[in-house]
Amino acid sequence: MTTHTEHRSHSWRQLLPPVVVAAAVVGVIVLVIVAGHHDLAQSFQAFWRGSFGSAYAFWSATLVRATPLTLLGLAVALAFRSGVMNIGAEGQFLAGASAASALALSGIRGTLVLWVAVPAAILAGALWAAIAGWLKRRFGVLEVISTLMLNFVAQYLVSYLVRGPLQEPTHVYPQTETFSTSAHLPLLISGQRLHLGYAIALVLALALWWMFRSTALGFRLRAVGAGPDAAASAGHVVVPRVMFTAFLLSGAIAGLAGGVEVTGVTYALYEGISPGFGYTAIAVALLARLHPLAVIGTGIFFGALEAGAAAMQRDAGVPFQFVAVVEALVVLGVIALEWSRSRGEVRP
Amino acid sequence: MVIAPTPDATPLALSLRDISKRFGATQALDRATLDVRRGTLHALLGENGAGKTTLMRLAFGMAQPDTGTIQVDGQLCVWRSSADALRAGVGMVHQHFLLVPAMTVAENISLGRGGMFSGFDPRAAAERVAALVAETGLAIDPAARAGELPVGAQQRLEILKALSHDARVLILDEPTAVLSPQETQDLYAWLRRFVESGRTVVLITHKVREALQIADDITVLRRGRTVLQVPAKDASEIEVLAALLGEATTLTAPHVRTPARLSAVPVLTVDDVRVRDSRGTDRLTGVKVRVFGGEILGVAGVEGAGQLELLRVMAGRCTPYAGTATRPAQIGFVPEDRHRDAVIGAWTLVENFALKHAGTASGTMAWRGYAARAEAGVRTQDVRTNSVHNSLASLSGGNQQKFVLARELEGAPAALIVENPTRGLDVRAASQVLDALRAARDAGVAVVIHSSDLDELFSVSDRMVVCFAGTVRDVAVDRHAVGRAMVGLT
Repeated sequence: MTTHTEHRSHSWRQLLPPVVVAAAVVGVIVLVIVAGHHDLAQSFQAFWRGSFGSAYAFWSATLVRATPLTLLGLAVALAFRSGVMNIGAEGQFLAGASAASALALSGIRGTLVLWVAVPAAILAGALWAAIAGWLKRRFGVLEVISTLMLNFVAQYLVSYLVRGPLQEPTHVYPQTETFSTSAHLPLLISGQRLHLGYAIALVLALALWWMFRSTALGFRLRAVGAGPDAAASAGHVVVPRVMFTAFLLSGAIAGLAGGVEVTGVTYALYEGISPGFGYTAIAVALLARLHPLAVIGTGIFFGALEAGAAAMQRDAGVPFQFVAVVEALVVLGVIALEWSRSRGEVRP
Repeated sequence: MVIAPTPDATPLALSLRDISKRFGATQALDRATLDVRRGTLHALLGENGAGKTTLMRLAFGMAQPDTGTIQVDGQLCVWRSSADALRAGVGMVHQHFLLVPAMTVAENISLGRGGMFSGFDPRAAAERVAALVAETGLAIDPAARAGELPVGAQQRLEILKALSHDARVLILDEPTAVLSPQETQDLYAWLRRFVESGRTVVLITHKVREALQIADDITVLRRGRTVLQVPAKDASEIEVLAALLGEATTLTAPHVRTPARLSAVPVLTVDDVRVRDSRGTDRLTGVKVRVFGGEILGVAGVEGAGQLELLRVMAGRCTPYAGTATRPAQIGFVPEDRHRDAVIGAWTLVENFALKHAGTASGTMAWRGYAARAEAGVRTQDVRTNSVHNSLASLSGGNQQKFVLARELEGAPAALIVENPTRGLDVRAASQVLDALRAARDAGVAVVIHSSDLDELFSVSDRMVVCFAGTVRDVAVDRHAVGRAMVGLT
């Protein structure tokens, strides 16, 4: 009987963060609209139209936006659960996007090009994360700093590529030429923009959930995240090696996200290809409480938020930037709730 | 134990009378008394948990006593914070240094002076610190960064911090725990000169011999009470040790064993093993130990004598830089710090059970199998819980420890290494844990136990060794012999 009630109160608590966050989101949106003297009804109509209001809005705006957010959210959730504070999903995404673009434009013919470009993106993301992983393992450099700094390196690397070796033939615009159609990911629904990348994200979420739940590797990653000293002493886990694995896996998923974005949505590489997906992904992962399946839900939530906000800016003139405020609120809200939860915990 | 009256009329620099302090269910201090004569070096002795540090934290204003009085130079004092104590001339150097590593020596000393918006003049601060260094004779570079100083210098910096407030009574909490022998000698020589200049030192320590050599007076605390207060010249090591460890009132009769059930060959052997800590100080200097199946080997030693390193070498958690340790493939280990090194509180019992195999498991986790094994372990050790799917943190401390024992004894290990297995447990849980060790021994396991509670060691050990300054000696299971060996007497 006791266990039953304990279980119930636990799941009730788990519901609390999304509810609080949703209330905060609505509050902030109302505040921004009212403070900017925009029409409230018109703004909300625009938001709805842009996010869930039509089949096209949902399949072609919300879910297309949710694809990189879900993949990157999974990358961040994997790292955080393993005790690796990877703030560098943004940089690993750009590394993946660059590698995929280079191969998509390399002149490889036929469907083979995708089979080369996407794995190259995965590899590039893993290597980009491996730099920070190696710095931590060899010199004890905090990954919060190194992964964040590598984001800027990746950003300027993209700038260099699209103005140098990968620039389009006329050398006018800072971007690559558009990939040939053989290097486009297949679309999932005819007439919609949703591409294979979202299906990959869903499968990956399931795979990560299964990995953490059922595999020895997932168990080691969780142990290192939850209690590195206990893992080393009681479980003979080689903590630095497992953490390095977490860097590689997290970077690989973020790199995949970059490869999927250029071959599924933009069909080209350019500066600003990521409007901060890697940072939003931290909010996606935290709101999901680092649970891979919950990332699917929070990915759609933030995808809809960004799609709706874009429509609101277009149709009602409400600045898009408030999305960043909402994301910050989400992160702070989740941290505050975690803190109040751990404070209330009784330790016998 | 007799509490001698203050031997002469020297005025008291610090006087704590009838001090009681309770933390939750624990009575940390029970009418403890400490009288420190002005111009003397006073050693405050006691085992872990005897209340030494709590008493001194009260004297330094970091907490308020429930009952009792504090007097400094004959003045009754009520501290609201340690700032009050500093103003009255009481300074304290904590066991764990409270320094800002990125700041210089001068900046560390100047911290907390002046108001929030008053300026900081680095040159004036450096001059002030240079003057302080010259006056005290504590060699240190005012411009060096605190984090880059060796430990001995960091400690001198802590002392300077206290003295910069004109401390007339200086309290040091286990100052030699982190020092090399040479640094220890230097510190003691300096403390001697310091008291000869008319000021007063209270030294918290558990090293009996050092205390007798350097101190003028000695006070011994045991379980929150003052049990001995004598001038050092009138005290013998054995007398102090007896006060420290308590009378053998509850000592059970030595366990009679049939040696026939010992294994023919040793299960665990440690040969000429040497271990160095991260600072390069030798912790074990060529020790040799054999443990047979079917016996409990008790390892005694004062803190830092090398017993923890010895147990960790035996458990395979520490690699010696010389010598060999032969261990069986299956070995159980119950570490001292359960929450940090043995379990993950937020996880279920099943997950914590599987944790032991986290490093070796491959493929998929057989959760149903682990759940069954956890259930079996919970049953054997009588762990009180209604489900193995509860979080470990929901168990009481005693049940958590029994759970760890169940996990480490699973799969019939040839040896079991346990460190302070009953620390923090109530009497009932403690005796259950000790019974589990005896049962393992009777099943042929080679059990090695270290405990800082000597009563516990005597009640459970079949054979004992004593660690002293990195060496290991065989000793009879006898309070007198063990006590002498722990302070290095033969």
